[in-house]
Amino acid sequence: MAVSDQSRIRNFCIVAHIDHGKSTLADRIIEKTGLLTSREMQAQVLDNMELERERGITIKAQTVRTVYKAQDGEEYIFNLIDTPGHVDFNYEVSRSLAACDGAILVVDAAQGIEAQTLANVYLALDHDLDVFPVINKIDLPSAEPQRVIDEIEDVIGLEAQDAPLISAKNGIGIEEVLEQVVAKIPAPSGNPENPLQALIFDSLYDSYKGVIIFCRIMEGTVKKGTRIRMMATGARQEVVEVGYFGAGQFIPCEELSAGMVGYITASIKNVKDTAVGDTVTDDDRPCAEPLPGYKRVQSMVYCGLYPADGAKYPDLRDALEKLQLNDASLNYEPETSVALGFGFRCGFLGLLHLEVIQERLEREYNLDLVTTAPGVVYKVHKTNGEVIELTNPSNLPDPSVIEYMEEPVVSAEIMVTSEFIGSIMELCQERRGRYLGMEYIEGTRALLKYELPLNEIIYDFFDALKSRSRGYASFDYDIKGYEESKLVKLDILINREEVDALSFIVHADSAYERGRKMCEKLKDEIPRHLFEIPIQAAVGGKIIARETVKAMRKDVLAKCYGGDITRKKKLLEKQKEGKKRMRQIGNVEIPQKAFMSVLKLDDK
Amino acid sequence: MTSKRELELYFHIPFCIRKCLYCDFLSAPGEGKTKARYMEALIRETGERAGDYRDYCVVSVFVGGGTPSVVSPEQIRVLLETVREEYDLAEDAEITMEVNPGTVDERTLSAYRQWGINRLSIGLQSADNRELAALGRIHTYGQFLGAYHTARKCGFSNINVDLMSALPGQTLQSYLATLKKVLALEPAPEHISAYSLILEEGTPFYEMAQRGELQLPDEECDRLMYEKTGELLGQAGYHRYEISNYAKPGCECRHNCGYWRRREYLGLGTGAASLIGNCRFRNGDSLEAYLADPLNVREEMQELTVEEQMEEFMFLGLRMTEGVSPQEFRDAFGKSMEEVYGPVIEKNRKDGLLEYRGRISSEEPARLALTGRGLDVSNMVMAQFLFP
Repeated sequence: MAVSDQSRIRNFCIVAHIDHGKSTLADRIIEKTGLLTSREMQAQVLDNMELERERGITIKAQTVRTVYKAQDGEEYIFNLIDTPGHVDFNYEVSRSLAACDGAILVVDAAQGIEAQTLANVYLALDHDLDVFPVINKIDLPSAEPQRVIDEIEDVIGLEAQDAPLISAKNGIGIEEVLEQVVAKIPAPSGNPENPLQALIFDSLYDSYKGVIIFCRIMEGTVKKGTRIRMMATGARQEVVEVGYFGAGQFIPCEELSAGMVGYITASIKNVKDTAVGDTVTDDDRPCAEPLPGYKRVQSMVYCGLYPADGAKYPDLRDALEKLQLNDASLNYEPETSVALGFGFRCGFLGLLHLEVIQERLEREYNLDLVTTAPGVVYKVHKTNGEVIELTNPSNLPDPSVIEYMEEPVVSAEIMVTSEFIGSIMELCQERRGRYLGMEYIEGTRALLKYELPLNEIIYDFFDALKSRSRGYASFDYDIKGYEESKLVKLDILINREEVDALSFIVHADSAYERGRKMCEKLKDEIPRHLFEIPIQAAVGGKIIARETVKAMRKDVLAKCYGGDITRKKKLLEKQKEGKKRMRQIGNVEIPQKAFMSVLKLDDK
Repeated sequence: MTSKRELELYFHIPFCIRKCLYCDFLSAPGEGKTKARYMEALIRETGERAGDYRDYCVVSVFVGGGTPSVVSPEQIRVLLETVREEYDLAEDAEITMEVNPGTVDERTLSAYRQWGINRLSIGLQSADNRELAALGRIHTYGQFLGAYHTARKCGFSNINVDLMSALPGQTLQSYLATLKKVLALEPAPEHISAYSLILEEGTPFYEMAQRGELQLPDEECDRLMYEKTGELLGQAGYHRYEISNYAKPGCECRHNCGYWRRREYLGLGTGAASLIGNCRFRNGDSLEAYLADPLNVREEMQELTVEEQMEEFMFLGLRMTEGVSPQEFRDAFGKSMEEVYGPVIEKNRKDGLLEYRGRISSEEPARLALTGRGLDVSNMVMAQFLFP
């Protein structure tokens, strides 16, 4: 069926709070529209990175085109654009939304509206999408669909009385969702004859085809041979192939015209040339203006990545190069650490992004990594007027030449049931939050608004939030800007030697507390040696905390049935293996995970 | 002296009355019929394998378990007879049997002695009945005393007593009391094995410890028990010849020393390991498979590489307080120990964990051994002798 009639196209996405069932609903839609049989369905078709499936979050936008035969007897093309589901990827989310004409809002029938529900729905409304709600998980014993419907109407102001009541997991009510997609989401507009104007909402590097651009055609038409230009990056190429997204595969077609969602390949070698949010136009007949909303993505969180085995440095470099082909928001540059040798300072969108990259390097490239404490980008204003963007604490200039320092701050919204307001406010206070206000949403829940320094939330804020609210609080944030702050560098000395890779920047008021916890943590992480090892925390050369790893006194393999030498040897091998994962600093061996200790200072 | 190659025999009897809570050896309670069938199979394996070892002279036999004394004495007799008939058993062979004090009496002990068993290893573990109960042992200290004196009466002049430290509920005082009671035995045992409790994964103790249900002595106490063992036994005339083993002069366990010196040994019965030539292998653990065909359960056949032999030479040899001989190393591998392990030896000598003792010539020291401190942290030292 070749539908090019715009009136039968629906471009939409699904927005939801994490775990409210977005990916499961996407699966059901694909299943019900008949492109895939139930047998072919892998659970959660759209999340195709192994890692995504394991973590249950979507990292890269995925898109699928399906055909739905509606009750009116017509066939409709559904382009379902799955958006990333984490605040780290907010910008990607916004570009994916810009490629849609409408959105399905999925709300959990038991949990109701959460922070991300609000954030995402406002984001969708900001992009002028038509949003209709769906109440999911109605088969749960704790489901209260009517309460949730009222809540959606009261809080968001969205008509919800006829919201489909569904269970995506058990396939209940999916027909109704599909019909509402047809009825409630508008058909795209745009003129196929106009100059080409297409929005890039994602791209993917393929070793055969080069970069595959995922785009929404707003105006005009693109086909094989069109000479295209990316308006922001200026890259120019001739189109090799256009097509649309089957489930898990690329299906070439003649052309993509206004209103359609699909892909373009053009022998582009680097995803840096196809920035998300950029506009693709026809170089011979360009559109007057790029689409609004393009932004260069900035790394928010930095850390050092080092190969556990120094000899693997070239492998790490190659792996980062390959990952970057697919991930324009990853950047890295070489650096050297006294403690860890040669490695890279890498920039990420956020901590989740960092973890994802780290895990991919370890799994897909089989690298054993040492990661240093993540930090944010500080602005250091020197007395001579120079401003340094500091990504590595070791590069902090001498305090005597620093006029003042600034750190990034976010505006955060935290949704919490009233019984936990106190403990969450306390948490925000501890994290140097500035209280902005609170709104009650129905009787029992409130939306807390805070400004928080980014470096206070990148580590474990989310975990702390969950543990202090028994899992009920939800959280969303936006980068607000930079603010002056009293910051110091905390150094760690192990056996009286400063370990550069363990230094981090901290607010002066929390330095003592952090230093103390860090020493305690390291004391547990560093195995006993033949001698006693002092662990000290220092600020500006002054020791502020100390712990001691006592000398090892006994390490004996006693009884073992004598003849079973193989087993005895395995025990020794295990011991030796453990040593390999250690870093030698002076004459102390430090396990690699100790370098991440700073992340876990708030274990309660 | 015989010019034949020397061989040690190990028999595994995988039965006990009740499994102790700390035990991760291959053993389980068994029904009378199963035990009898097992012994038949063991005797069959022993007989039928003999053909492969015609060139060997058997210098030691060790019947271990489990608790070998839970099978019928009659079958122990047949087993030993099979050894005598089918193998060349040296006149002065050391023939040890492990016994649980709760499972022997005068009749069985005198029978064992009569059939040629000349060394007993008695699992006492503790002289404190509460500690014994906490370990899940089936005997009391009183029963041990009975068994010990009966054994002496039956003519056993070479007895080992197994002791354990760092037990749940044990105090330094109670441990010292155990040591003193054992040393005060008349006559005192010729050999004492003293181990610290190790919580092995898969044992009830391990699980209990994970749940925080075991009251284990703290590190300081554990350490003191360990130190006091050496001190008290030393004063009483015992020589520490291996990490956990102490003996009166000349009473070292030949069989066990064989393991550390990489002598050839043949293990018979379920789960028993062997070293023949430079090949290590073992029988599978499955009782069923063994009963079905005891000659068809060998697994993990591993021909040791030269590097593996060197590793073993070092980490096994260093368990003995006499250490390893550079001369023997060179004879075995055609390379000097210095050449292969120079930096490791140097580092550990500098750390005070290894030392050379005695010198044959200016270049050739007599032996390389763990220092006192080295014995304390022997795992750490030995692990360094493994190749990457």
